[in-house]
Amino acid sequence: MSDIAAPAPAEVDQDRRGFLTIATTVTGVIGVAFAAVPFIESWNPSERARAAGAPVEVDISKIEPGQMITVVYRKKPMYIVHRTPEMVASLAGHDNRLKDPQSKDSIQPAYAKNDTRALRQDFLVVEGTCTHLGCLPKARFEKALPELGADWPGGFQCPCHGSRFDLAGRVFDGSPASTNLRIPVYSYPNDHTLIIGVDATTTATGAA
Amino acid sequence: MATSDDTLPVRTGFLAWLNKRLPVDAFIRDQLTGYFAPKNFNFWYFFGVLSLVALVIQLVTGIFLTMHYKVGDTTAFDSVQYIMREVPYGWLLRYMHSTGASAFFIVVYLHMFRAFLYGSYKAPRELLWLFGMMVYLALMAEAFMGYVLPWGNMSFWGAQVIVNLFGTIPVIGPGLVEWIRGDYGIADATLNRFFSLHVVAVPLVLLLLVALHLVALRQNGSNNPDGIEIKEKKGPDGRPLDGIPFHPYYTLKDLVGVGVFLVGFAIVVFFVPTFGGLFLEAPNYEPANPLSTPDEITPVWYFTPYYAILRAVPDQRMGALLMALSIVCFIVLPWLDRSPVKSSRYRPLTWKLALAIFVVSFIGLGYLGLQKPEGVYVVLARLFTVLYFAFFVLMPFYTRGESTSRVPGRVTFSSH
Repeated sequence: MSDIAAPAPAEVDQDRRGFLTIATTVTGVIGVAFAAVPFIESWNPSERARAAGAPVEVDISKIEPGQMITVVYRKKPMYIVHRTPEMVASLAGHDNRLKDPQSKDSIQPAYAKNDTRALRQDFLVVEGTCTHLGCLPKARFEKALPELGADWPGGFQCPCHGSRFDLAGRVFDGSPASTNLRIPVYSYPNDHTLIIGVDATTTATGAA
Repeated sequence: MATSDDTLPVRTGFLAWLNKRLPVDAFIRDQLTGYFAPKNFNFWYFFGVLSLVALVIQLVTGIFLTMHYKVGDTTAFDSVQYIMREVPYGWLLRYMHSTGASAFFIVVYLHMFRAFLYGSYKAPRELLWLFGMMVYLALMAEAFMGYVLPWGNMSFWGAQVIVNLFGTIPVIGPGLVEWIRGDYGIADATLNRFFSLHVVAVPLVLLLLVALHLVALRQNGSNNPDGIEIKEKKGPDGRPLDGIPFHPYYTLKDLVGVGVFLVGFAIVVFFVPTFGGLFLEAPNYEPANPLSTPDEITPVWYFTPYYAILRAVPDQRMGALLMALSIVCFIVLPWLDRSPVKSSRYRPLTWKLALAIFVVSFIGLGYLGLQKPEGVYVVLARLFTVLYFAFFVLMPFYTRGESTSRVPGRVTFSSH
């Protein structure tokens, strides 16, 4: 055993030993980081989930004025509201009660960042998930509903935490939600067809 | 604690053979018959062992439920109905598991309150408290993911709300949410990973943390209602004067507590398993529907204090941040409390009032988290949120130099 006895402390090259310890540790940490990649990546949406998130086409000629339909795009409900001229008119006059009347802090394509938050002012296309925590706001289109007050202009109310939005999906003061309802990318290939998930900025595969 | 071998029983035959290879007798001596616990434990000291009982109930019933449950967005809801209606005694297994979750939180909350009462989180037991808090966090994750598994409508929307909380984190939030869900919404992929975490990963972590909690407990021994260290007063034989061997004294006492607990547990399981919608909520008897939010989304009762804080804030990011901070407050508690005295018995009225205000706020928030966020409830939720945080944030000020009464050298105890 004597031939493999530990060297006396004075013979140990501490610098060399320190360098080797650090180098081994760093190499090990990098290795663990790379090994973690497949495990972390496996949690991202699968190819099947991505394929199921393809754009959705809707025939809007069948929606009566004042009516709303819901379609699903990427697991999220999309509200399509055929706004009557009175509904469009109801959007004016309550900017002072809104958190983000100009939609500056809200998520929408550039073509929906306007007074009616829409490409065509007679159709509101909006993601029907509350920007607070993702519940589905309910349609409350009648004006001055008793539980919402005499100055209620018509809009949406979230059943979970009470966030309120107008008929352009703009959030009212006093709501837990901080931003307006999100607007997805969409376009009108022709007068009576709406396609959600495709606009001038998207590729043919529908990826934004 | 004695270490020499003359404190071990003399063994022959198989037991001698066994102890030569596995330190069974030494373990029993070190951890049970030779481990001295303060002799003045009261009612509040039942809840540690009851937490262990609840853990075992959850593990055993969970293993058997997993044999019949079928994970998947098209099969999960039906398989739970199958368990309830067709598996022999499946209803009992499931009600034990669902009631067990609530029972677990009841005993853990009482266990935590005991620490507040008697300063059990104070030096030298800060790590014991930290491990306990990690157990509590793991338990919350476990309960949340378990609630998603039946794939009822409340499962779905509860998952939606909680997962979206991560979306309020600046910059990485939206990507993080998609990563957690594994899809563009709460979906089959989400359910599958929650199942894996609920039945494998989190229970393993929980067991490890419980083990660490117990090891840290044994290091300094239990605190007691007088908040004094029994190891500081030892008799000539080296045993703490105010200590009694954990076995048989406390094992037998705990057995009585466990019996009472199981009677209450059985009454709930057999007569009021849904507990009026508090333990199992009505909307969860309807399959998950991504296009229909339940009229009112409320978490199960044990999360409602935090949920009320979340809703009390009229800004989503601040709400989520305050909710996270409300739990962080617990974690840093040992460093907020500056009083030199552990037990409330010898602490001044200011501390007792502060603790009372906190308990009222916590329970008040728990109640408000179950109500609609309207009118006076919102005002009250904001008031209680302020009081909740004031209790923690102001603690270094009102506990520093507080006028404590004299702590006795020996525990207060009268034999019956």
